[in-house]
Amino acid sequence: MTAYIIRRLLTVIPITLGVLLLVFFIYRVIGGDPAARLAGKNATPQKIEQIRKQYGFDKPKFFNWQEAAKTGSPAAAFDSQFWHLVGQFAQLDFGKSLQSNQRISRMLADGVVPSLCVTTPIFLVELSVAIALALICAFYRGTRIDRTFVVVSIVAMSISGLVYIMMGQYFFAFRLRWFPVWGFESPAFLLLPVAIGVIAGIGGSLRFYRTIMLDEMYQDYVRTAFAKGCSQREVLFKHVLKNAAIPILTNVVVAIPFLYTGSLMLESFFGIPGLGRMTVDAIYTGDEPVLFAMVFIGSVIFVIANLVTDLLYTWADPRIRLQ
Amino acid sequence: MENTNQTLLDVRDLRISFFTDEGEVRAVDGISFSMKPGETLAVVGESGSGKSVTAMALTRLVPSPPARYLGGEIIFKGRDTLKLSPEELRRVRGAQISYIFQEPSTSLNPVFQIRSQIAEAIELHRRDVKDVDAEAERLLTLVGIRDARLRMGDYPHQLSGGMQQRVMIAMALACNPSLLVADEPTTALDVTIQAQIMELLKELKQKLGMAIMLITHNFSIVADIADNIAVMFRGKIVEYGPTQRVLHEPQHPYTKALLECIPRLGAHKHRLKTINHAEIEAALGR
Ligand SMILES: Nc1ncnc2c1ncn2[C@@H]1O[C@H](COP(=O)(O)OP(=O)(O)O)[C@@H](O)[C@H]1O
Ligand SMILES: [Mg+2]
Repeated sequence: MTAYIIRRLLTVIPITLGVLLLVFFIYRVIGGDPAARLAGKNATPQKIEQIRKQYGFDKPKFFNWQEAAKTGSPAAAFDSQFWHLVGQFAQLDFGKSLQSNQRISRMLADGVVPSLCVTTPIFLVELSVAIALALICAFYRGTRIDRTFVVVSIVAMSISGLVYIMMGQYFFAFRLRWFPVWGFESPAFLLLPVAIGVIAGIGGSLRFYRTIMLDEMYQDYVRTAFAKGCSQREVLFKHVLKNAAIPILTNVVVAIPFLYTGSLMLESFFGIPGLGRMTVDAIYTGDEPVLFAMVFIGSVIFVIANLVTDLLYTWADPRIRLQ
Repeated sequence: MENTNQTLLDVRDLRISFFTDEGEVRAVDGISFSMKPGETLAVVGESGSGKSVTAMALTRLVPSPPARYLGGEIIFKGRDTLKLSPEELRRVRGAQISYIFQEPSTSLNPVFQIRSQIAEAIELHRRDVKDVDAEAERLLTLVGIRDARLRMGDYPHQLSGGMQQRVMIAMALACNPSLLVADEPTTALDVTIQAQIMELLKELKQKLGMAIMLITHNFSIVADIADNIAVMFRGKIVEYGPTQRVLHEPQHPYTKALLECIPRLGAHKHRLKTINHAEIEAALGR
């Protein structure tokens, strides 16, 4: 088991390397020279050249063959933009923002708390409400109650998140003054964005979990449970829920990396200084180091989350053995 | 309650339909039959003829919707199960009428140990049992599982098909039912295992004396276990009588056709007959 876990954790290396290569390719190869962008509109060529030197953009992108040939040492070939980035990230040094010159590790630490304050409650409330409603749908399968839930969730799903945000801010925050409109100062500021996040997401989740539960309801073991004399409640909560745990787990753990990246839309509209907003800003301003760091951490969390899913599988499903 | 001695189950003019987008499917179309305590009734018919729906309906296990119970009575021990409350029905299911099914591998819950699945059957209806584990072990031994105590910790996927069906039988017998409904109990099993399971059912019937409703599409397994045979075709019972009479003097063309489908040793030179539905429809006068 330990060997398995170590083996799985080692996959973090090729995966993050691949992901870094991809974003590096997009920004530095396709996107062009960041030095010109950084230097501003009316920069002199000397100024651009100086920035290029300062950030190392003058080095070759992937391999420094020239240097390797000159010094005769193969290691010198790695004196390039990409491998410097890799070396830096391997030591968890994310460098500084091109825009604010702040240390990125500092920015991440500052932003992760507001992000989690929004995404975690949304995630937990949505998950528990969706599973509870899905069980109700399974209980009343084929009846009007079940169909009503389906229709309502399709309607809720089809409305754009923006509509919820603007209606919520206008009616409940601005007109009725139940909530603050904008900002991040006390827990009260979280209520409206969390409520909107839940409402915007619940339709899709409910439909997903309902499908899982109903799929289970038509399995043979459910027929056996009823034939033994189990009540609906016993069938649902004991037999169905434990079997449904397997697909539910997958869905839940896959969502965990997105808790960290934050909600782009809610953070921008509600002025929450989280990682979602930071990422959007970095995309607009071409702040590459910030994006590289976000992508890097995102893929590490992704690998860990997947490992956790697989470990939980063995607990949920006795048929699965890891090797 | 005097009549319970003569009649365990009396089904009268039972009618069950499914209403689908294509219209009404008359799964059970006015059937009547009865069973005495300890009797074995074989219900034979091709797939789709309504055997399972009939069997499940005995304790209203066919979910409604989509099914509709349109009429008839199912008098079990003097009471109409179609009129029982859900609570009362649950006290019949698994306690007085229990079931085993065609696919033992999917009929057992994959994520629970054998122990807890049998324990559940005991605990649902027999609150007085103190040592549930010991009782589960006794039941597993009864159905011919060796090292029962060890096997109890297994999950269903760790057992062979025959063993899984034995576990299903042990579970069904947990409360000493008066009627065991076996819905194609051997269809999914290898031929040698089929014979073993049929042998076990015969043995248990002698030991415990419960009535058995044996559902099958295969005439060849019923001859030496059934007292009576009901032949079903398109939701109706087209022939019903004592086993020997039905096997040797079949009246209905559908029964004759089914009997001709049984492969016999030494008869391998003839091609197996297939059932000519048009002929049977004509005989039914439709
Ligand atoms: N859930 C269902 N929905 C619609 N039709 C059904 C359903 N279950 C059974 N039927 C129909 O009822 C008829 C009898 O089915 P069944 O009793 O399972 O046949 P079998 O004799 O093979 O056990 C078939 O025509 C089948 O299509
Ligand atoms: Mg069937």
